[in-house]
Order: sequence, then structure tokens, then C-alpha cells
Amino acid sequence: MDLLDNLALGFSTALLLENVVYCFIGVLLGTMVGVLPGIGPTATVAMLLPITFNFEPVTALIMLAGIYYGAQYGGSTTAILINLPGESSAAVTALDGHEMARQGRAGAALAAAAIGSFVAGTVATVVLAVAAPPLARVALQFGPAEYFSLVLFGLIVSIALARGSTLKALAMIALGVLLGTVGQDLYTGEPRFTFDQRELYGGIDFVSVAVGMFGVAEILRNLENEAGRTALVSTVRNLWPTREDRRRIVAPIARGTVLGSALGVLPGGGHVLASFTSYAVEKRVSKRQQEFGHGAIEGVAGPESANNAAAQTSFIPLLTLGLPAHPVMALMVGAFIVHGITPGPNVIADEPALFWGLIASMWIGNVLLVLLNLPLIGIWVRMLRIPYQVLFPMIILFAAIGTYSLGFNAFDVYAIVFFGLLGYVLIKCGCEPAPLLLGFVLGPLIEENLRRAMIISRGDATVFLTRPLSAVLLALAAGALVLAVLPAIRKRREVVFTEDD
Amino acid sequence: MKSVPDLVAGGIFVLIGGAFVVGSLSYELGTPLRMGPGAFPLLVGAIVAALGLAIAVKGLVAGEVAEFGPIPWRAIAAIVAALLFFGFTVRGLGFVPTSAVTALLTTLASKRVRLLAALAVTGGLTVAATLIFVVGLQLRIPLFGPWLGL
Repeated sequence: MDLLDNLALGFSTALLLENVVYCFIGVLLGTMVGVLPGIGPTATVAMLLPITFNFEPVTALIMLAGIYYGAQYGGSTTAILINLPGESSAAVTALDGHEMARQGRAGAALAAAAIGSFVAGTVATVVLAVAAPPLARVALQFGPAEYFSLVLFGLIVSIALARGSTLKALAMIALGVLLGTVGQDLYTGEPRFTFDQRELYGGIDFVSVAVGMFGVAEILRNLENEAGRTALVSTVRNLWPTREDRRRIVAPIARGTVLGSALGVLPGGGHVLASFTSYAVEKRVSKRQQEFGHGAIEGVAGPESANNAAAQTSFIPLLTLGLPAHPVMALMVGAFIVHGITPGPNVIADEPALFWGLIASMWIGNVLLVLLNLPLIGIWVRMLRIPYQVLFPMIILFAAIGTYSLGFNAFDVYAIVFFGLLGYVLIKCGCEPAPLLLGFVLGPLIEENLRRAMIISRGDATVFLTRPLSAVLLALAAGALVLAVLPAIRKRREVVFTEDD
Repeated sequence: MKSVPDLVAGGIFVLIGGAFVVGSLSYELGTPLRMGPGAFPLLVGAIVAALGLAIAVKGLVAGEVAEFGPIPWRAIAAIVAALLFFGFTVRGLGFVPTSAVTALLTTLASKRVRLLAALAVTGGLTVAATLIFVVGLQLRIPLFGPWLGL
């Protein structure tokens, strides 16, 4: 069977000692930044990217992916123990998980989260392996017109799933696309908006944008109100859930896994939506509705499974279409390009070892995460006591060193100051930075395909509507936009995302 | 004036979008068949400016009254100074002194900073950064730079 051959190739790649080691480092770092409030996986990946440029491509991507899904695990630990979700998708877990911790059942909550995440991660990895190749085959038929419409569709759907003002999210995407035009023109080589700065000829570095907007700006926001953090739960006992608990989490884990695997494929933060939806579903089908919000283990197991499954399947659009679903993946697109690989349907055929190795490494990473998170929970609890006054200087210093090492050029460090300040002001004004980063990474793709499609169609702009696939994608994009703007749905979105802070 | 954040956000988008529109006019626009280097930025710049205008108008008409909240001037000043210092001196002073001063400047961003704690953080971070980046990852930055005359 093809699938088995492919998986065998994947595991033989992922199980190379070097790859296992970096997978471990990735999930370890991911858990760490997931646990620590105040630094997210996006800033971490951005800071580490320059270092991975010397690695083998597959090793680099295995580590970066590990940071991403490791952070989903770590986020739930913080949510349960101190009611502070380290990652936005863990906000739901805090509702019942923290209640359980206050009742002295932190161990059971953590175990339910870890077991659910593991099961979901395993299933979702198989879904990814099965679903990706056919999708890639479809995508291979795409011409420039289809690609243009696809990227546009991806960007618009990512707003529909985001929170906050649709108008502002749209403006942020467009601003990202606009910033992406800085640098030499693809076709004529003419430098655009470079002000004769040599450093800008190759374009603004996406690492600078990400470190500035997600690292520096975030720290400034956290320093607005310096309140002491209190760790409520100091020791965690009785990790193994009781027989009653085990019976109660089976169905939520199964439902969460299915839900998460499906929603994760959507471009743009499907994992947040997945965990909120799973919580709503569990609450509705439960016979003990009154327990929800007061420490129902189903309210931990379901959303955590959904969240982790979605984190895994959100690699499907990335690996088959080159469409990132999350700012971390936007950075991974950058990593692909740095290594000379164009993310998209060709990856699976041209780089089978990389493609299947990455997928197999996710399963290995999930095993490592369970080992890291359950027996070593004491270490993570202790890490929560690190004061922010130690943490933020570390982030700033590492950000400076990381961006400097991009090209041993001070310009990149000044760029994070610029984007940090711009990002901070925009965040203050209610504009989320994630759409900007997605737009920034995808902008050059949009321009390239737009111009190529226009050349092929001899200057006829209707080509985007006359080619059926392209027209369908544009119609879907328009539909998503209408849905995001309609007041009735807006209200529901606000309800869904109000707990998201 | 209802929503100050909306107005500021709108203003930023109009400003940046407008600047790109003006800038792109100095590049060749080309024809629909062969779009020049200026065409795409012109289009997107106009979209950004238009969306910015819409945000500002919406803030004036239907915006919710929203405040900016506190602005951590001290943190902004300290962190900007630290990063600029790093970029400015890393080549001349070398990795160790630059990291130490950058870390120290950054610790000043917190209002609750105490001298001893700041020094401890600075020392710890400098050692950690040197071990991780120079010893571990073999980053090619000299430990001490030419400005020190060592």
C-alpha cells in the first residue's frame, strides 16, 4: 500500500537521531513558551528561524513544527494551573480545567488534556497523511489565476475566523501585502520603496516583522500593567485519572478529535474555533450540564483534543497548497523558501522524504510531549514562578541576537524596533497582528500570480471569473466576507471569542 | 470624537497606504497585459488607504467609546534604547559587552526594577546568551570587539 510505504519513508527520516533530537528540542521549547504567559510560539519561531537556516531543511521544519504543536500542549498547563491561557486556544480549557485545579483535581485535568491531545494528535496525523496527497494532486492543476484566487480566499477566510473588527483585519492584511512589495520587483528587478537602502533590496525580512509585531509589541503590552502573578497550585498529585474520569473522557476525546481534524483544515486559526466549538458541543450533549464551568472533565478533554487535532491538520493547507493557517506557519513558509523549496503541491512529489518525515515527526513529537508533560509536570509548575522581570529582558536580548544573526546586519535589529512600535500602536487600536503577517508572507505570491495570469490571458481581467475553479474560490471568498460582516453572525463570533483574552 | 483608537488606526492606514500610492506613481505602471512594478503597490496602497478611511469614518459615526489605556512610556524608551544600542555597538564592542548593556537597559523597562535584581538578570542573561549562541550555536560574532582595543 502506498500510504504504508510513504509512512515508512517518513519514519525512517524522522527517526534519524538528529531529527529526533531537534524534534525533542522543538516540543520542549514549544511546551516552555506555551506554559509561560507573555511569549508565544510565533515570536519564538521567528527568533529561532535564523539559527535553523544552517540545518537540513527537514530537520529545521521538524523543529519549527514541534514548537508550534508543543505550544498547544503547554498552553493548557498554564490555563489549568493559573487560569492564564498561554495560547489563545487554551482559553476554553481554563474554564473547567482551572475549576478542577481549585478543587484539587489538577492532576486529573492535566492527564485528561494530555491523553486527549495525544489521541487527537495521533488520529490527526493519519488524517494528514491520507488527505494531503489527493489535495496536492488537485492543486497541481492550478494555474496562476487559480492560485491568485486561492490565496485571496485563504486570506479572507482567515479574517472570518479571527476576532475583532473585520474592517481592521482586512486593512491589516492589505497592509501586510503592501509591505511585502518592498524590494526588487520580481519581473523587472527594479527596486521599489527601498530609499536606496541596500538592505531593503531583498525586501523586508519576515523575521523582523514577526519578532517586532509578536515579540517586542507583546512585551510592551504586558508592561502596561505590571501585576504580580500568583501560582495557585503548587504541587500536582494523582495524575492518573480515576476509573470514573476515564469513562467520562472517552466520548469527548473522540468527538473533539473529529471536530478538530475537520476545522483545522480551514485557513486561519482553525484551532481556536475548534476548541470553542468542542466545548459548546460537549456542554450541549452532556447529561451534567450544570457541572460545566464548575470543573467538568469533559470540558477539558473535548476542547483539548479538538485543539490539538486542529493544530495537526492545519498543516494540510500549508503542505498541499502553500497556504499558512497560522502566523507560525507563515514563518514556516519563509523557512521553506529560505531552503529553496516552494511550499505547495510540488513538495510532496519533489521532496517526499521531507514531506513524510515531517508528518511522521509529528507523531513522534506527540509521544515526546506526553512523556514531557505528564511525568515532568513539576518542572513546568516551577517554571511558572519565573518572574516576568527576568523573562522579558531575555526575550528582548534573544530577539536582538536572533535577528542580528540573520545577516550580521544591524539594519535587521532596527527593523524590529520599527515593527515593534508600529505593531504596538496598531494593537492598541484594536488591530490584531496575525493577519498582517499572513498578508506579508502571501503578498508576493498574490502579485506574482496576478501578473502572470494577466500575461497569460493577454490583459483580460475576466480570466479570474471565467476559469471555473478560480470563480468558485472567489465566490467562496466573497461569501466568507459577507458572513464575517453580517451582524447576526458577528454577534455569535463575539460570543465565541469573548473569552479569548 | 467617539473612538480615538479607530481614528488613530484609520489615520495610520491612510498615511501608509497613501505614501505607497504616491511612491508607486514614480515607477512604471505598465498595461493590464504587462503590469509594471508600480501597478500592484498602487492598487494595494489605494485599498489600504480606503479601508483606513472607512475605519476612521466608522469610528466617528458608530465607534464605541474606547480609551487607549495606559501607555508604558518608560518601557518603550528602555526597550527601544536597548535594541538601538545593540544594533549600534554589537560590531564594535563585541558580543559580551553589548549583550550585557542591552540586558541591563531592558531590565529598566519595568517599574518594579531593583538594582540588585537587575544586575543579577544582566549577568545571568549575558552568560546564558554567550553559552547558547556563541559556544553552542557557533555564531560568528567576536566576544569582545575592536572598540575595546583588546
